[in-house]
Amino acid sequence: MRIVVDLNRCQAYAQCVFLAHETFRLTGEEALTYEPNPDDARRLQVQRAAAACPVQAIVLDRSDGAERSVTS
Amino acid sequence: MTMAAPIAELVRDYKANARIVIVGASLAGLRAAETLRAEGFTGSLTIIGDEPYEPYDRPPLSKQVLKGWVPADHTELPRLRHVDADWRLGVAATGLDRDTKHVRLANGDQVPYDRVLIATGTRARQWPNPTEAALEGVFALRTRDHAARLQQALAARPSRVLVIGAGFVGSEVASVCRELDLPVTVAERGPAPLVGPLGGVIGEIAAEMQRDHGVDLRCGVGVSSLEGDASGHVRRAQLSDDTTIEADMVLAALGSIRNVEWLEGSGLAAGIWGVGCDAGGRAFDINGVVTDSVFVAGDVARAPHVLYEYEFLAMEHWDNAVLGAEVTAHNMVNLEPHYYPHLLLPGFWSGQFGVNIKSVGVPPFGDEIAFVQGSVKDRRFAAAYGHRGRIVAAVTFNQGKWLPHYAGLIERSAPFPPPPSGWDQPDDLKPIPAEFPEHGVPTAIPDVVLTGHDPSERRAEFRPRRR
Ligand SMILES: Cc1cc2nc3c(=O)[nH]c(=O)nc-3n(C[C@H](O)[C@H](O)[C@H](O)COP(=O)(O)OP(=O)(O)OC[C@H]3O[C@@H](n4cnc5c(N)ncnc54)[C@H](O)[C@@H]3O)c2cc1C
Ligand code: SF4
Repeated sequence: MRIVVDLNRCQAYAQCVFLAHETFRLTGEEALTYEPNPDDARRLQVQRAAAACPVQAIVLDRSDGAERSVTS
Repeated sequence: MTMAAPIAELVRDYKANARIVIVGASLAGLRAAETLRAEGFTGSLTIIGDEPYEPYDRPPLSKQVLKGWVPADHTELPRLRHVDADWRLGVAATGLDRDTKHVRLANGDQVPYDRVLIATGTRARQWPNPTEAALEGVFALRTRDHAARLQQALAARPSRVLVIGAGFVGSEVASVCRELDLPVTVAERGPAPLVGPLGGVIGEIAAEMQRDHGVDLRCGVGVSSLEGDASGHVRRAQLSDDTTIEADMVLAALGSIRNVEWLEGSGLAAGIWGVGCDAGGRAFDINGVVTDSVFVAGDVARAPHVLYEYEFLAMEHWDNAVLGAEVTAHNMVNLEPHYYPHLLLPGFWSGQFGVNIKSVGVPPFGDEIAFVQGSVKDRRFAAAYGHRGRIVAAVTFNQGKWLPHYAGLIERSAPFPPPPSGWDQPDDLKPIPAEFPEHGVPTAIPDVVLTGHDPSERRAEFRPRRR
């Protein structure tokens, strides 16, 4: 699954880190880093983390995006 | 009969049958496509991108990816909805014909449009000497491919990395080098890192931060040349102060160039400064007249900002790409008076040396700065920027929670220095000069000339530059 965190919004409350520490971590006091493409097995965990984020900064796939028709 | 009914009918018909083309398949392009569909656009949608990849996110490239935590190809952006588009990836747009309303592609195809969105962003400025730039071990960082190569080279543990340019990307890469325990030299022409975006006062703090973490930071010097060995691998750099640095890996972090060349001859107000547009994302033609069918969003757009004296600002920030795309896409399938304005309070973040740097507003618009919370010594503080007695921006180091407070003050055009917050206040709140470089004379002025006299024939036109 694909995720992105809007780090303008993120206020380093670390809720996501508590709930899904394999995907989210804090480096230093408040710089959040994350795995943008976590394993599908972690979907539930990541969804919980996204729901728990007080500022709704975590954006998840809502469509599989499988629709490419590529030229060249 | 009122006009309302036929116009509503027009909009309905347009949403059902129009052809929209988006050029640039990255953050702004994808979010615009999703918004078009969310707005009920069911017509044909084509997305053209010169990179062979589906839209991916760039900020992780200089952070997680370089550290080796996340592979470069794990940065694809999440999809907010099905966009049902004809994706043309791996092929560049080479021209925009506004008379016949076609986008020309590098493979000879022509894609017709009723409305087109320009979202071609920027690219990395390359090391200016092509022979030196071609040396093995010399890198730039803008794309997924760049990041993958750079990460590999870092993982091979070079004996020293030279970073040229201490803007955000250069500083973040220097930080990663130190986290990987690699020796790194940063050469910056200005007096300190980040002086352009944040001014000299904050730059000094950033400089200390780099030195404390073992970066060999050289300010006020330029790199004059790069030298390679017999096998063509970079080995050393000559600096403008006649010193030499032995480095087997070099990152040129020299800022960005807007991707506008493909618009040459289109008659749009497009140049080194970006593509001029109104606050609704409608592009200006070369005469400064707003167009009806060409729209712009993201890093390549340059629009007036009401909070900053209507100055035309190009904002190379992630949230500007997202919000600009959403507003512009809405406007692409609606008509006056239902347009939205893009009234973002700009903001960005950067993670380096374990410190979370965040800002809102436009710091270079300010000329004074005041530390309003926390402690500079602990690198945990908030500072506000002022211009003519009002607050125009704020920056925080590891104090991001306070940023929304200052964002509110900026939006309300509150006085500067701002009223004391009454919490975690430093002893000295007195404003000092923020030390931004002189705005000075632009280095490359486009040659636009006026021709004709009557309103019917009076026109602007680009003239090739005489050198
Ligand atoms: C390493 C790095 C780190 C960053 N970190 C941060 C950060 O921490 N915080 C922050 O706020 N911002 C950050 N940014 C900036 C942010 O990534 C950009 O603001 C954002 O990517 C802009 O999106 P965009 O869609 O406008 O342009 P881009 O992402 O530049 O996308 C434009 C796309 O158009 C394509 N294109 C160009 N010309 C053509 C053509 N003629 N035909 C077809 N396609 C074309 C390009 O190849 C590209 O894929 C960072 C950027 C980089 C490079
Ligand atoms: S829960 Fe939300 S605000 Fe908190 S660290 Fe995670 S993303 Fe940031």
